[in-house]
Amino acid sequence: MGELYFKTKGLTVGYNGKPLIRDIEFGVERGEILTLIGPNGSGKSTILKSITKQLKILAGTVYIAEDDLKTVSAKELAKKMSVVLTERMKPELMSCRDIVATGRYPYTGNLGLLSEEDEAIVQQSMESVHVLDLQNRDFNAISDGQRQRVLLARALCQQPEIIILDEPTSFLDIRHKLELLSLLRKLTKERDIAVIMSLHEIDLAQKVSDKVICVKGEIIARYGTPAEVFQEETIRELYGIENGTYDPLFGSIELGRPQGTPEILVLSNGGSGIPVYRDLQKQGTPFAAAILSTNDMDYAVARHMATEIVTAAPFQPITEEALDRTMALVRSCKEVIDAGVTIGQTNQAMEEILAEAERLGKRKKVKQHDVLPV
Amino acid sequence: MGKSNPENGYDLLKRRLRCETVFVLLILAFCVITVLNINIGSVPISVKEIARILFLQEGDATQMNIVWRIRLPRIITAAVLGGGLSLSGFLLQTFFSNPIAGPFVLGISSGAKLTVALTMIYALSWAGHVSSFLLVLAAFVGSMLSTGFILLVSSKLKNMSALLVAGIMIGYICSAITDFAVTFAEESDIINLRNWSLGSFSGMSWDNVKIACIIVGITSVCVFFLSKPINAYQLGENYARSMGVNIKMFRTALILLSSVLSATVTAFAGPISFVGIAVPHLIKRSLNTSKPIVVIPACFLGGAVFCMFCDLVARTAFAPSELNISTVTSIFGAPVVIAMMIKRQKEKQ
Repeated sequence: MGELYFKTKGLTVGYNGKPLIRDIEFGVERGEILTLIGPNGSGKSTILKSITKQLKILAGTVYIAEDDLKTVSAKELAKKMSVVLTERMKPELMSCRDIVATGRYPYTGNLGLLSEEDEAIVQQSMESVHVLDLQNRDFNAISDGQRQRVLLARALCQQPEIIILDEPTSFLDIRHKLELLSLLRKLTKERDIAVIMSLHEIDLAQKVSDKVICVKGEIIARYGTPAEVFQEETIRELYGIENGTYDPLFGSIELGRPQGTPEILVLSNGGSGIPVYRDLQKQGTPFAAAILSTNDMDYAVARHMATEIVTAAPFQPITEEALDRTMALVRSCKEVIDAGVTIGQTNQAMEEILAEAERLGKRKKVKQHDVLPV
Repeated sequence: MGKSNPENGYDLLKRRLRCETVFVLLILAFCVITVLNINIGSVPISVKEIARILFLQEGDATQMNIVWRIRLPRIITAAVLGGGLSLSGFLLQTFFSNPIAGPFVLGISSGAKLTVALTMIYALSWAGHVSSFLLVLAAFVGSMLSTGFILLVSSKLKNMSALLVAGIMIGYICSAITDFAVTFAEESDIINLRNWSLGSFSGMSWDNVKIACIIVGITSVCVFFLSKPINAYQLGENYARSMGVNIKMFRTALILLSSVLSATVTAFAGPISFVGIAVPHLIKRSLNTSKPIVVIPACFLGGAVFCMFCDLVARTAFAPSELNISTVTSIFGAPVVIAMMIKRQKEKQ
């Protein structure tokens, strides 16, 4: 692991001299992405504004390449750090290439004329984020996704060692979010740039970041690798999630489970139950799921939605106890949904359960959804 | 690097050609209007005569007098002050990131008008004479006061239209006070004032022309050397800061320079409306860029041409009586501003 390129020590940030967040300590190496997550108004932007010298630092120190940020002149800093901001700019009559070319500011002479070398860097920056075909277009006339990429090209054109992005995915649809983040991922590695950004999408933050900071109110709630930070409880607490759950494994968010005693029993495995769970959850019907091996993907989803789950240990035969409990559910529930059960050597008992449901006239077969392409 | 797809080609040449065309046309218009301005009047002077008078300094004595004493100073005044006014508008538009900002709408001209009027009335009644330098100084103080007030308001109101309304209100207040002062002033003190407060390029002595040229010239060169930070500032304050622009110093420079320009114009020619908004807009549209390094000189040239043209109309349309210069600039400038606002509204939708 290399040296930390950019780090903070006992940093306190806030507006108008009023501290908002204290004792912020984090660091990022070149080639790494550090992401700030946290609810709206938690202070992500305040931190980013403070480390880019837009806001005055209230206490503590920020180091960039070993130097105290306070002692680095604006001009020197511009050669090391570039930004992509949330504010929507409306420049008049500027082509995308004009916008990107402003990134050469710290390198050009008194009149800001671009040398041939500057032009080549502009060209190459636009190529690397695939916006060269937009170069003659008016910046105000392109889509949000294109705009963010042009702004990223502008940031690259400044030839920085660190880029700071404030919610770069805010106005983008899912395709453009993915595009932008994978570009960022690629460029950080290729060009050995450190990246600090804030993101709303925790699922994407988990997948794109090397380090994550949870910002909430007074202090930094957590700081670490995605694996350390993305724990179910951490995320629930950070965002104050009450009506739903967060799955750290997939980085997905599920709505809360229906409350009450199970009215329906869903029999499934291997993913066939998931669409049924979602339907029942949307209807608000409490349900039970059986008999799921704890490494079954149905189990991973049912965990967040089912009122009760009857489980089996992976690759082990179904226990007596589990069978009894399921039989009891078959009798107590109004309906038993057979979402498609694959039966093999370890779950022969499922045959019995299905037969019992059939006998009681409660078995309802649903068309098996293709969860995974076969 | 790699393929040079013609569709991907950067139309640098096309853009350069467009800029060059605009500049050539402006210079051509400048020359034609200069000649017309000398040529047309109560005593028409032929082009051949003009050339002789200007370059050889010989010819009919009356005509020599008319050209050298009356028409030429007036043309130069119109050109220099028009250029300055247009630049001042461009600077204010940059500062407020609002294309409708200008020294007249923001009440800056009116502030200068007020202090100049007061200076004229009181200095005349005390000293019997007002130096042009004192007038410029007074105008500068007035425009700085108005600008200061506008800045105060703009720190409280983020809304741009509210800012413009505030500017127009300042304009009314200043005009009201000016009228008040004029009403109670001695008749003999205000003969010049009446003419001046309506706006005119006439009656400039060579001394005044020199002073105007020096002030506007130096300021305009300073503005030109600000084109790099202006370009960065067009992306917004925060981006500019991230590129290493010292925002505080830059903003102060913008305000000072635009105030000096509009103050000089007001001191010599009175308040002139719409030039500051209409000309930069027309220039940017015709250049199809807002790059300050080309827009600044083109704005100056455009402002000069526009004011010389308006002055020609003011002088000749209802000869022998003359129109106020502001009347003419409004007639030509206001429709441009209205068209611009409608276009912007359309672009928003």
